[in-house]
Amino acid sequence: MSTVLDIVASAGLWAAVLRIATPLIFGTLGALLCERAGVLNLGIEGIMTFGAMIGWLAVYHGADLWTGLLVAALAGAVFGLLHAALTVTLGLSQHVSGLGVTLFASSLSYYLFRLIVPLAGSPPTIVPFQPIAIPGLTDLAFVGPALLTQTPPTYLALLLALVLGYVVFRTPLGLAIRMTGENPHAAEAQGVNPMAVRYGAVMVGSALMAVGGAFLTLSAFNSFFPTMVQGRGWISIALVVFASWRPGRALFGALLFAFFDAFQLRLQTAIDGVPYQVFLMTPYILSIVALCVMARRARVPQALMQPYRRGER
Amino acid sequence: MRFERREHRPLALVILTPLLAVAAAMALSGLLIAAAGAPVLEAYWRILVGAFGSRLSATETLTRATPLMLTGLAAAVAFRARVWNIGGEGQFYLGAIAVAAVGSRLLADAPGFLSIPLLLVTGAVAGMILLIVPLWLRLKFSVDEVVTSLLLNFVAVLVVSMLIDGPLKDPLAFGWPQSQAVPDAAMLPKLVARSRLHWGVGIALGLAFVVHFVQSRTVFGLKSRAAGLSPEGAIFAGVPLARTLLLVACLSGGLAGLAGAVEVMGVKGYVTTDLSPGFGYSGIVVAMLAGLHPLGVVLAALFTATMFVGADGMSRALKIPTYIADVTVALSLITMLVAVFFAQYRIRR
Repeated sequence: MSTVLDIVASAGLWAAVLRIATPLIFGTLGALLCERAGVLNLGIEGIMTFGAMIGWLAVYHGADLWTGLLVAALAGAVFGLLHAALTVTLGLSQHVSGLGVTLFASSLSYYLFRLIVPLAGSPPTIVPFQPIAIPGLTDLAFVGPALLTQTPPTYLALLLALVLGYVVFRTPLGLAIRMTGENPHAAEAQGVNPMAVRYGAVMVGSALMAVGGAFLTLSAFNSFFPTMVQGRGWISIALVVFASWRPGRALFGALLFAFFDAFQLRLQTAIDGVPYQVFLMTPYILSIVALCVMARRARVPQALMQPYRRGER
Repeated sequence: MRFERREHRPLALVILTPLLAVAAAMALSGLLIAAAGAPVLEAYWRILVGAFGSRLSATETLTRATPLMLTGLAAAVAFRARVWNIGGEGQFYLGAIAVAAVGSRLLADAPGFLSIPLLLVTGAVAGMILLIVPLWLRLKFSVDEVVTSLLLNFVAVLVVSMLIDGPLKDPLAFGWPQSQAVPDAAMLPKLVARSRLHWGVGIALGLAFVVHFVQSRTVFGLKSRAAGLSPEGAIFAGVPLARTLLLVACLSGGLAGLAGAVEVMGVKGYVTTDLSPGFGYSGIVVAMLAGLHPLGVVLAALFTATMFVGADGMSRALKIPTYIADVTVALSLITMLVAVFFAQYRIRR
């Protein structure tokens, strides 16, 4: 019991929570935006992988870190365009198209990475984002080292959750997005172009996913290696359901999830005799539990996974 | 521009669709090969030679196609009934480790005629169990089985990793996490001497025909297709939806688990965490390329295996990453989706 208290009382835990949550916040918000407009984007896992790869590659070749994030976002938007073309224009199965995008984006990441960076003993590294100190605040006892020693993309993720919450619920654009996800026919009757809204939402959402992936190589680690995304995309998809498609709750869900993850990592070193794999399993099992708890209660966008064809019911 | 459903589809179009899709995918990944500065046509020629150029490579391609046929069938029967089983990878691993556990413990001294069928069933049951969980969650809590079956893949691999690092660890493997081996008597006999090709390929081929028969000629097949076409309609027609979907899950999970069992009993004899180079995920592509048709799965699995086996030799000769095979296979899933769409719809202005 005392170990548990020690862990919770350590500033390092809370700093880790924010760090672990960052890619999940980007991923969840990106997936949420797509789904609010009525498109399930299972391309997320591959798009995050590609973002991680291309962002790292840009920085490795001399771009600065912010340009790396931007390159990742643009690449994500391109994959979003592909997913939108398949699911919005052609109206294909969103499940299968998304898996296709994931398989394509991740295998392309590995191919390009291997092509440009030949196999070496130790993987090449870059200088990642450094934590920024906020004058006066970072020196505070506990709160400072716990919460205010993050890298810039983490603050960006927190800000983004607030901005997206505002846009979705408080602006005409957000209304158009939600209408398209609930009832595209009604949206069209109101002068909204559902196709355009879906394209926009999927491309911007995919860009956010790719930034979440790029955080892994540009801030959390300093190199790229295959399978580094480790299911974070799928966990994000589960978190969207857990969050009931609300950006504020998505932020909360990602933080809660990251708390459990950071906690189990520390518990692993504190407790002997339990195989480490049991701890590694917890994020995935937690996601499944979260889905079961929330799936019935959550308000699903009514037109999610339904292709829209003008003049067809 | 709008799309209009074709009133009837000529047979030539149906057969041409996957061929066009594969050609388009190969043209697109040809661009990537060209970007790497390698001759595209030579690269594809080398892939073909690498996969079929010698007795050894041809048997190797068939060996690689065997688990792909089974995971492809697993995805095809599930998708037909709109059970989105993306957990083939996890089911494969659970089937494999179940075989290693039972084979090295309970059936260590059993004769082959007894242990081989029992172990095949063991693998299939393990796979079934792993798919029944997400399906039950869907029926009970209306949780999308795509995400749950995907997440269970990670759990299954970690379970395998835990077992081969713990109770099932082979003490003679120099500290490598590797499971104890199944006894020699439980290994599937070789089909071709001095190669890795084993009787599993016969099992996979036979099952493709069995699944085809079940889907096209039995009441269960009809029910499962009805459940996929329209769940509401199926219920209205008196199909017990939950039970039908459960049976579909058993069939699908069983096939994927069997793939793991066959791979252990035919090729490796033991389990490691890199037993599968993504057989479960590739199975999804195989099923889609086959248009979810069980016999088409055999051909699609052969194509996929050709790419993977052939790319090994090609990449060594032309200095191109082997991942080009994964790219081509993933691209062919996307081009197949588009091709199927244009086989069903025509463009109207």
